[in-house]
Amino acid sequence: MKTSKLPNVIFKLLTFGAAICVIVLIVGMLLTLLLESWPALRRFGFFDFLFGRNWNYANQIFGALRPLTGTIISTGLALVMAVPVALGTAVFLVELCPHKLRSGIGTAIELLAAIPSIIYGMWGLFVLAPMLEENFQPLIVGTLGKLPLMGPFFQSHYAGGVNLFTAAVILAIMIIPFIAGIARDAFNQVPPILKESSYGVGATHWETIAQVILPYTKTAVAGGVIIAMGRALGETMAVAYVIGNRHGGLDSIFSPYVTITSVMANEFNEAAGLQMSSLFTLALVLLIANFMVLSLAKYVLRSKFN
Amino acid sequence: MNHLNQRKVTNIIALSLASLCAAIGLALLFIILFDVLKNGLGSINWRLFTEDPAPPTIAGAGGLRSAFLGQGLLTLAAAVIGVPLGILGGTFLSEYGRHHKISRVISMLSDIAVSIPSIVIGTFVYAVLVKPFGSYNGWAGAAALAIIILPIIIRTTEDMMNMVPWALREAAFALGAPYCRVIWNVVYRSASAGIFTGVLLAIARIAGETAPLLFTSFNSNFFQLNMSAPVPSLTVSIYQYAASPYQNWVGMAWAAAFVVTCFVLLMNIIGRLTIKLKVKG
Repeated sequence: MKTSKLPNVIFKLLTFGAAICVIVLIVGMLLTLLLESWPALRRFGFFDFLFGRNWNYANQIFGALRPLTGTIISTGLALVMAVPVALGTAVFLVELCPHKLRSGIGTAIELLAAIPSIIYGMWGLFVLAPMLEENFQPLIVGTLGKLPLMGPFFQSHYAGGVNLFTAAVILAIMIIPFIAGIARDAFNQVPPILKESSYGVGATHWETIAQVILPYTKTAVAGGVIIAMGRALGETMAVAYVIGNRHGGLDSIFSPYVTITSVMANEFNEAAGLQMSSLFTLALVLLIANFMVLSLAKYVLRSKFN
Repeated sequence: MNHLNQRKVTNIIALSLASLCAAIGLALLFIILFDVLKNGLGSINWRLFTEDPAPPTIAGAGGLRSAFLGQGLLTLAAAVIGVPLGILGGTFLSEYGRHHKISRVISMLSDIAVSIPSIVIGTFVYAVLVKPFGSYNGWAGAAALAIIILPIIIRTTEDMMNMVPWALREAAFALGAPYCRVIWNVVYRSASAGIFTGVLLAIARIAGETAPLLFTSFNSNFFQLNMSAPVPSLTVSIYQYAASPYQNWVGMAWAAAFVVTCFVLLMNIIGRLTIKLKVKG
């Protein structure tokens, strides 16, 4: 009996050790980033760093306000563009698509979520940026750009198509398959009897979708959108290609700008001293933001099942 | 009757909009694939796989052989570290530790860790494995990739093993087998297709990663596979070549992007087929 127990104990300890790795890594990551950020945090203070406008090598003053703004605006714009398209796609896949095409189109969308972000970035730089600059930008500049007050925010000051708006579009394209996949799975979970009851009382197809399917699946869809937001916040390569990395005031959505990730990707390898420490602080901010977003998603999704 | 017509019109408009959304989404995504295919196939040739990088001024010379091998080496090393750890960790969550609170915590943390931005993992590994040694090195790159796949594999393994019916384990216990033998001979066997798919998808995910390699293994223009020094990688080469002003480098970046995309899609398709065949057969 003793001989058969020992391997079991050893195996149990091995598996426990492996599982504990996750906690060790996450705690280690937080502590390491905190330690590396310490010089910048001590020099500027957390809130002064977070809301500092400058990112100046010559004067050695670093603040996260602009990268933070860039990340928030690009992610927000991306969600505004992606959510309707993704939900429309999911509605089409579940409710309208002929059965024969359903699994084919569904798989295609899932595969597109697997394409590495650097590929999206390259495509964004060589295809999307010139296309938007030629066709879409003049349209907006000519209409929204003429508005009083808000107008300047939609005017073009830089050529090249590499700007905050292009970054938002590429992020939107990247998260569309992700949200569409989650929404499709959620729509598929709606019990047929609910839809049948809706048709039974005379509702049209759209009324059934808008008043039965969407309310029934709203928590799952919201969870999916929040997870997609987490992805967009931390997306690096695609954004680094098309954002332009310009540390300046945000005068228009068609101007090159910075995000947290683009600053890190572009400057980390050549940074030293206080700048390096500031980049680590950006990483820490991103990690904490991501944790909060994902915890929120978990909370939203959990409340559904309880 | 007027009201009914109005509802019918709304219905048609809304459903058309949904179809339009699907058309836009699909069109955009197929355009990307088409452009990668067009530009990639236009620049691909044997030199890409047989020659090492050359200065951009020499037309018709140079390839990315070293980057292909380096990327393979990094991915392999990451898999060798991450896959066994992940499977063992998932085993604890679904078997030994299933009634412990800590398993639920680890499971939840893994779910969150799956979404940690890869560039943050890159900075963490830089601080731990690059800074103390004073040089970018291959092991750091492999470690960063391993950290990315660890939570993915832990969660898939846990889910797949949870799907194995308890009656199977009880049958093995009744024969007098200790728990570790039950896991090895019964649970792993039943869950093997699912775990295999999880591993393939995880490898597909890191095969295209760039951000975590930028600060860890970096890149090298030379044919060198020494893991204690900077190791060339395909994705970082794509990043640098595509941003360069040289036409032949940009062409090579497209060709490399095409190969990476094909590899990632192929791994995904194989993984899906594995699980589909297993479920049917």
